[in-house]
Amino acid sequence: MDEMTPSPVLDAADQTLIMNMGPQHPSTHGVLRLLLEIDGETIVRIMPDIGYLHTGIEKTCEAKFYQQVVPLTDRIDYLCPMTNNLTYCLAVEKLLGLEIPARAQWLRVMLNELTRINSHLVWLGTHAMDIGAMTVFLYCFREREEILRLFEAVSGQRMMTSYFRIGGIAIEPPLDFFGRVKTFIDAFPEHIDEYENLLTQNPIFVMRTKGVAHLTKEDALALTATGPTLRASGVDVDLRRDAPYSGYENFKFNVPIATEGDVYARYLVRVQELRESQKIVKQTLEGIPEGPVKADAPKVVLPDREKMKTQMEALIYHFKIVTEGFTVPEGEVYQAVESPRGEMGYYVVSDGGAKPYRVHMRAPSFANLQSLQKMCKGRLIADVVAAIGSIDIVLGDCDR
Amino acid sequence: MALEPAVTDLEELKSHPEVACLVAWNAAAVEGAKFDRNELTVYVERTALRGACTALKNDGALQYDSLSDLTCVDWFPGAPRFEVVYHLFSTVTKKRVRLKVRLTGEDAAVDSLTSLWPGADFFEREVFDLFGVRFNEHPNLKRILMPDNWEGHPLRKDYPVEGYR
Repeated sequence: MDEMTPSPVLDAADQTLIMNMGPQHPSTHGVLRLLLEIDGETIVRIMPDIGYLHTGIEKTCEAKFYQQVVPLTDRIDYLCPMTNNLTYCLAVEKLLGLEIPARAQWLRVMLNELTRINSHLVWLGTHAMDIGAMTVFLYCFREREEILRLFEAVSGQRMMTSYFRIGGIAIEPPLDFFGRVKTFIDAFPEHIDEYENLLTQNPIFVMRTKGVAHLTKEDALALTATGPTLRASGVDVDLRRDAPYSGYENFKFNVPIATEGDVYARYLVRVQELRESQKIVKQTLEGIPEGPVKADAPKVVLPDREKMKTQMEALIYHFKIVTEGFTVPEGEVYQAVESPRGEMGYYVVSDGGAKPYRVHMRAPSFANLQSLQKMCKGRLIADVVAAIGSIDIVLGDCDR
Repeated sequence: MALEPAVTDLEELKSHPEVACLVAWNAAAVEGAKFDRNELTVYVERTALRGACTALKNDGALQYDSLSDLTCVDWFPGAPRFEVVYHLFSTVTKKRVRLKVRLTGEDAAVDSLTSLWPGADFFEREVFDLFGVRFNEHPNLKRILMPDNWEGHPLRKDYPVEGYR
């Protein structure tokens, strides 16, 4: 217990030194500040100091209509905006008891897996760069650029997409969209091979990662780690398979597991996940059903612009939704999805009004960060950099 | 998919193994339960929280081995004021259960779960920071998101969304 939770007072013994790392440090992936207690170059204790990006999003949500919260969710985890949009929309749809058309569900899955690829590419590039492999970063960002262009094509935005809406999806994707996704996704396995050629057998990379920042299965569970961090320690949990949402039960994919629990294992798990995501996107392209992309719920979903010009009711509903919002029956739901970093959960409470009474985001980065102390104890400072990279932390997600 | 009405009858809900397990463990500690929108909520007496979590964690069939989420809801000016919400998840059965503890505004404190799951640390600090709910026996209960010298607890309902206090 003592070693897992840093004690509040730094009573540095004669031998140890307190060192500050961050918040403005390139390898802390944002504004993470770490207080390191070191003995020579060996870590005795790590105390993460977070909150530099805290913007009170949970509080802001309570003052907005349900549909106005969607753009806020983008800004939590800026590397997987679609996943955040999806989790929030699913939670509110569950509160409303709203059924989503199949086409919208498939599109959501497709875009979510593209988001996962996008997020893993940023992780891979920056993680490898932290460890000293510059080139991988450039390769990863080349592919990521293409994904951002795809996001821009559907939503008009590269990063803060807000493309998913309560009740479906904002608009049908543009005509050439599926062709572009296909071109990208067909070429993608070769790109993964390129990254793997640069890293998987690379002796320097292997020496920096193998056996480093070890986390056992028991510790990972006790420290509430989720996602690839947990799976690399040998726990077989993936919410896409175990608690399917948004039609994930229709797709075939494997859940990569590793048992070593070190930085290298987490690397292998995430690279395998890139391949699995590629397979899922391929399946969505092959079987995407025809039909509407919005639920038939005029009191919740904004009407088409065309209808607004010709139908009185559509105009009235539009006016009502925009000015008064829509009411949601009293209740509470917890919706969890498998984000690239782990379990992304939204706990939404409704008091029957048009604004959420409480929105809580269970952020995977926030929970996973707690494993850092356990991973780094007794290791060198240089390993801290590898460990931070391996839990794939996003500080916007952490601080909200 | 129309919404089905919530089931709140404790006798009826004993068909859920989670409720049955907790009632068998200590019937006096279970204040009520609710099954709504396919999610099970059990209200637990506040001194019994850690025991209830231990019972669910150690139960051979249920095996709620991970703490998924921990948060709080402020029902100000209603009473009791706070509801601390725990989401447990089993990595074996892949099921979820929600535990809730009701706390009054004057004496908002509940036992910490850090001895069961050290990972409850950050979550409890967050609830303390933003709601002012205290966690007994927490090893390091101090603010985590707000600055250390901040006054007030921002997620309380009597704290304004905008403007200065």
